[in-house]
Amino acid sequence: MFRFIVRRLLQLIPTLLGLSLLLFVWLHRLPGGPETALLGERGTPETRAMVRHQLGLDQPLWVQYGRFMKRLLTGDFGNSIDTKQPVMQEFFDRFPGTVELTIAALIFAIGIGIPLGYLAARRRASWLDNLSVGGSLVAVCVPIFFLGYLVKQLFAVNLGWFPPAGRQDVTINSTHVTNFYVLDGILTGEWDAAWDAIMHLVLPGLTLASVPLAIIVRITRASVLEVLGEDYVRTARAKGLTERRIRGRHILRNAMLPVVTVLGLLTGGLLSGAVLTETVFAFTGIGLFIRQSISNLDYPVLMGFIMIIALIYVLVNLLVDISYSLIDPRVRVR
Amino acid sequence: MRAPRLRTAAAVAAVAALALAAAGCASKRDPDASSNKPEKLVFGVAGDPKTLDPALASDGESFRVARQVYETLVQPEAGTAKIIPGLATEFKPDSTGLVWTFKLKQGVKFHDGTDFNAEAVCFNFNRWFNFKGLLQSPDVSSYWQDIWGGYAKNEDPKLLPSLFKSCTAKDASTVEIATTKVSSKLPAALALPSFSIASPKALQEFKADEVGGAADNVTYPDYSMKHPTGTGAYKFVEWDRPSKVVKLTRNDAYHGQKAKIKDLFFQTISDLDARKQALRSGTIQGYDLVAPQDVKVLKGEGFNVLTRPAFNILYLAMNQSGHPALANPKVRQAIAYAIDRKAIVDSKYPDGSSVAINFHPSSLEGYNENVTKYEFDTAKAKSLLAEAGFASGLTLKFGYPTEVTRPYMPDPKGIFELMKTNLEAAGIKIEPVALKWSPDYLNKMSSGNDHHLHLLGWTGDYGDAYNFIGTFFDRQKDEWGFNNPQLFAKFAEADKEADLQKRYALYKELNKMLLDFLPGVPIAHGPPSLVLAKNVTGVKASPLTDERYYTAEYTN
Repeated sequence: MFRFIVRRLLQLIPTLLGLSLLLFVWLHRLPGGPETALLGERGTPETRAMVRHQLGLDQPLWVQYGRFMKRLLTGDFGNSIDTKQPVMQEFFDRFPGTVELTIAALIFAIGIGIPLGYLAARRRASWLDNLSVGGSLVAVCVPIFFLGYLVKQLFAVNLGWFPPAGRQDVTINSTHVTNFYVLDGILTGEWDAAWDAIMHLVLPGLTLASVPLAIIVRITRASVLEVLGEDYVRTARAKGLTERRIRGRHILRNAMLPVVTVLGLLTGGLLSGAVLTETVFAFTGIGLFIRQSISNLDYPVLMGFIMIIALIYVLVNLLVDISYSLIDPRVRVR
Repeated sequence: MRAPRLRTAAAVAAVAALALAAAGCASKRDPDASSNKPEKLVFGVAGDPKTLDPALASDGESFRVARQVYETLVQPEAGTAKIIPGLATEFKPDSTGLVWTFKLKQGVKFHDGTDFNAEAVCFNFNRWFNFKGLLQSPDVSSYWQDIWGGYAKNEDPKLLPSLFKSCTAKDASTVEIATTKVSSKLPAALALPSFSIASPKALQEFKADEVGGAADNVTYPDYSMKHPTGTGAYKFVEWDRPSKVVKLTRNDAYHGQKAKIKDLFFQTISDLDARKQALRSGTIQGYDLVAPQDVKVLKGEGFNVLTRPAFNILYLAMNQSGHPALANPKVRQAIAYAIDRKAIVDSKYPDGSSVAINFHPSSLEGYNENVTKYEFDTAKAKSLLAEAGFASGLTLKFGYPTEVTRPYMPDPKGIFELMKTNLEAAGIKIEPVALKWSPDYLNKMSSGNDHHLHLLGWTGDYGDAYNFIGTFFDRQKDEWGFNNPQLFAKFAEADKEADLQKRYALYKELNKMLLDFLPGVPIAHGPPSLVLAKNVTGVKASPLTDERYYTAEYTN
């Protein structure tokens, strides 16, 4: 197990190196540059050239790449061209927001998706089954930005149940320790702030959860249906085990394997979904910042953020692989 | 079989109950939250400030914060572009026009408790003038370069010699600012937030000039992120960057009328619809950059929509080096006659917009009604084209930007399409060139020769016509591709005329010359709008976007 994890971690090095090179060349090949974003319609060709020179963008690509790698080896991604703040700081200022949002979305997706998929399979062809199959089709089809807009209009503007934008009411006095606002509220005993942060997570969390929720419902349903027909389930029943034990030990545990596999991939997908969700809900996570950095061609931010996200993606998948062996001991042997 | 179905129902009911409970709690909280609102105002803005040190800023969001926290020697009158006293109670040039004397307001203190006086003013001017290294980048101290040219020691040979010569504190409340030549930029440009007077103590203590990092790795110092210290009606509290909000609070020691609302927040909500929904749901009490199509809707819902007097212009540029036909004045006139500007303004612009006949808004001195107006006339356009030898037709590339709206250009594609129809009716074939606004469009249209016609505009910085027409036409530029020494000489003459009345007369003359020479066609002035909650009043919309919130108040 240990060797497996170390081997997987070592594989990261060539992956990230290759990615950095590809990204660097690709980003710097894009037409235009950050100097225009910085100067806007006020820039003249001369001032633009001056800024390019000062940003070092007029030097050969390999020189720029060398400088980038040199800094990277010391754990420094450089500074944002736009905000002039260290990329790492920008990332860690915003990452907790995206993590909170992702967790909220996962809670919705798993908490609703697995029970719903299970029930749909057990009550096959019932109204609940039809509703969840049909509903999941709709959820996958509706674009996030559109769904987000509708949800906001209904629950925030018309009904006023939830706040429409941001991570926390900015007029609330709150102390930020970890930048995980819910956690911060709990740690500092500012229950008001924690509750407010949770309220701010509901609508974007649900919106972001829509696609994974639909997928989880469908996969759970299909997987449970398959397991239901297995001999061991019949045997368990024949042995006279309680329905609860059959459900927990024999059906769900076996049906969960494909769901967990997909979860790993979905969590990665949530990060990309976060770009749209965060934009629609003005939710201040990394997604919103990436979107801005793309329009400004803020190379250091894009390089840094994409590298870190790639790293997280690979690590999440490693965790998924490890969790297999916990759910299914047979995987450990291999 | 009965039991599981019951359990299904129970599960569904439990989820529903949880959701309702959560919602119930939320709606119970709301009255609480709104009961303390009158001491707090949250204003939604489209982007984060870049820096809180206005000397290093050139973007509207940094300026918006600076205008509450800092003050300038002179300032625009609330709601107009007219220059009135600010921290200086009187100001005038000497007979040569080279030396300006400012009498300062007395008893003014910075937020850190230190005195505002002549020495503090000179400290600020000398700081800007002596910027070194990266601080000389046009991206960092852009307005210093725009207005004053260069620095004490220019590090880039392309920088101009400085217009600033010296600042002398005659006594505690008298300052003399000497310039190297007479310039049209004074005194109006001193109202720019970039020339806000900051506390010398805070500037030194928080190392305002220590812009760090390597060339491609610039960082701003602590002063510009955490410690902006001015004399304004609001004091800086915190810039919560992760939450994208700048928090300000009332300066109880303010020398003028104290702020009516205690806490002021500028929260970044970059998505326009998200800003609108946040206003409607009551989580913010106002926002900027109302979409032109929303102006009527929000007014109808009872919100206070404030429309700023238009201080901008959209023009159609004609690049005379881009196509030989455009060097022919008759072709340029034909294009001007071919375009139905009134139809464009009526269909694409919000209420309060107007057709442009000069290259600057009518609120500025020097505006000239008596210029050639080129009223819409397709027949005339056709005959001019025939005279120029293009009776059989002419094909021109026409550039317009995508993914952008500007107050002067609410719908670039729609405006382009109307113009295309107009021009084709007159016999000019159009090849559309649609490019992403930044960086592609701006780069392509302002450099090189591979562009013929394009749409571009400008929002003024300060109340002087030179800031419009001088910026466009006072020297040879790739955007326009012409060389007209006579015109350039006239601009130089106006720029160095110290007598304001004489200078305005020269602007009038220039406007006439420009509309005869017709390097482009002025199209429209579009007023940008901001909106405030139904119960918020007291803010005056400014053509320069110079709104001050200390006058804002809640009414019933």
